Amino acid sequence: MPKTSTAFPLGDNHRSWGRYPKTRQQGIPIRWGHHRLPLEPEDDRRALPFGAGRSYGDSCLNDGGILLETRHLDRFVDFDEHTGVLRCEAGVLLSDILDLFVPRGWFLPVTPGTRFVTVGGAIANDVHGKNHHRAGTFGCHVPRFELLRSDGSRLLCSSQENPGWYNATIGGLGLTGLITWAELRLKPIPGPWIHQETIRYDNLQDFFSLSADSDTAFEYTVAWVDCQARGSSLGRGLFMGGNSCDEQHPAVERPSGLKLSVPLDPPISLINRFTLKAFNTAYYHRQRSPRRTTRVYYEPFFYPLDSISNWNRIYGPRGFLQYQCVIPQSNGPGAIKEMLKRISARGAGSFLAVLKMFGAKPSPGLLSFPRPGVTLALDFPNQGEKTLQLLDYLDEVVVAGAGAVYPAKDARMSRKSFQHYYPQHEKMQKYLDPRFSSSFWRRVTQP
Amino acid sequence: MNKTLIIGATSAIAIATARLWASDGDPLYLVARDVGKLEATANDLKTRGSSQVEFQVMDVLEHSRHLAVIEEATARLGGLDRVLIAHGTLPDQAACQADIELSRRELEINCLSTFSLLTHLANLFESKGSGTIAVLSSVAGDRGRQSNYLYGTAKGALSLFLQGLRNRLYPSQVNVITIKPGFVDTPMTDTFPKGLLWAQPERVAADIYKGINKGRDIIYTPFFWRYLMWVIKAIPEPLFKRLSL
Repeated sequence: MPKTSTAFPLGDNHRSWGRYPKTRQQGIPIRWGHHRLPLEPEDDRRALPFGAGRSYGDSCLNDGGILLETRHLDRFVDFDEHTGVLRCEAGVLLSDILDLFVPRGWFLPVTPGTRFVTVGGAIANDVHGKNHHRAGTFGCHVPRFELLRSDGSRLLCSSQENPGWYNATIGGLGLTGLITWAELRLKPIPGPWIHQETIRYDNLQDFFSLSADSDTAFEYTVAWVDCQARGSSLGRGLFMGGNSCDEQHPAVERPSGLKLSVPLDPPISLINRFTLKAFNTAYYHRQRSPRRTTRVYYEPFFYPLDSISNWNRIYGPRGFLQYQCVIPQSNGPGAIKEMLKRISARGAGSFLAVLKMFGAKPSPGLLSFPRPGVTLALDFPNQGEKTLQLLDYLDEVVVAGAGAVYPAKDARMSRKSFQHYYPQHEKMQKYLDPRFSSSFWRRVTQP
Repeated sequence: MNKTLIIGATSAIAIATARLWASDGDPLYLVARDVGKLEATANDLKTRGSSQVEFQVMDVLEHSRHLAVIEEATARLGGLDRVLIAHGTLPDQAACQADIELSRRELEINCLSTFSLLTHLANLFESKGSGTIAVLSSVAGDRGRQSNYLYGTAKGALSLFLQGLRNRLYPSQVNVITIKPGFVDTPMTDTFPKGLLWAQPERVAADIYKGINKGRDIIYTPFFWRYLMWVIKAIPEPLFKRLSL
């Protein structure tokens, strides 16, 4: 029978999604939004909210400190059928919202590539999705939230009330305090089906012309890139566009609830040069015709990887590193080409490489990542120094192209690079909660 | 539409169960001590689909209010079909061994207060000739062990009381359901190291929901506890007393 341990020791049971770096911290569950934060006055450790642990690098970790676990703040507060404004606690998962509201004809205004993130995490990272070119970031659809500070004060934040705190908290990486609840503007949908078009394209130039044509025709767009292709095929891939489907009962089957899982850690990464080459080539040639139209259920369209739980384990015990950058439109084609060249020149490759055009809709977030231009997302098995060198090498291109790298996916960018990408970080200082910090923040701001 | 009263409604297992009833649209009446927790829980259940959610602040130790609160719930919901009693504490066994007053208090909370509630509810449902009474007991009540026999005593007495009540109310077509969870990851067990035998409250709630719909008498949750406790109960006392459980 279990015996009482000393309450909540430092443990290694909190990981980020990339499973790198490995850190130790004390997790404290936050159960009720109306209670004060459980931070003792004499404790000099720093705290950080921790939601679903879906950030890839160390922005959700706090080595040697405290993690305030928000998964129990999972209550809905109110839903207004007329305006579509949902108020819920910060630990509610996007999947909880979808389960309840898709059958009622409502959808998330913006959704990232997994639905297993918390509302608080989505705000703190100001996440984006396939409709960024039209809808902007998640934070654009959060009119109001409550921020609980370590001194016990509660700030109601919106563009009217405490606007400085509102802007600093959206994309603020959890450093301004704990979001207890937030309001989210849902959007009405005719049904759960998506009309999808998949277009096979031959090179990077084609991606840019396809994007220019399609971003007005499609509410949702994204492209998968074959990272192994070189020369005149550099950047080839599949461009996917989607729109909400007006038909209530299209003649396609709803996918079965079959769930796959990676049940254990393979001793080494299953992603290597050979499996990468095979996968990328097969994926590109999977589609024979240059253009294919289908109707699909929203889950596989938005969340293809959610059907395999713990997919991050395929990279083995050393984990993997994600890299996502954005380059302004004018420098975009050249910079993306240069990055793809640098990756293939090093014999490295990414299992999933994703390209998308971001739109011009500004986010209220002070430290928000998305900005107009082209974004490229890549993941690499962690091969130590070799991988870190490659990513530094890519940073050179992003710096030269006046772009930025996404903190939510980062575990390694240098302080210099960060401060170059986010010169506004100094304005964050006055909004930081003095008792809050993260491994990421210390890495990119402290000498 | 099952009009349901929940005592100890802000406990993790009660909340998870109430969410399943809310998605069926059931009207709910919540009773607990903390008004802030009650408000948050009531809003959540309403948004999830419950057709009506009301609540009342009460400490189960206020026996004199039990009948009035049950009557109030019945009046507000326009009847009563189902009751879930889920309040409880986990006594500190070592502290109870040193302090009989503390032991007495723990028995008041985990056992006597429930007897009081059950007495009123049994009479109400008996005269009505229908209804379901589901009560959170524990596998800890199946056999006394040195690590938590005060808790075990309260839950064991409760299980026995429910057994008798089930027998008494059978002719009146009232279902009396004893719920025996194993280790559940809730605020009550926050400080325990968790292992393979531990279950999430959502899992336990799903078992309670199904068990009540099927009219089960005793619900072990997760299911394997039925077999585990069968083994534990089968160990002969001369051997059992030597074990450190």
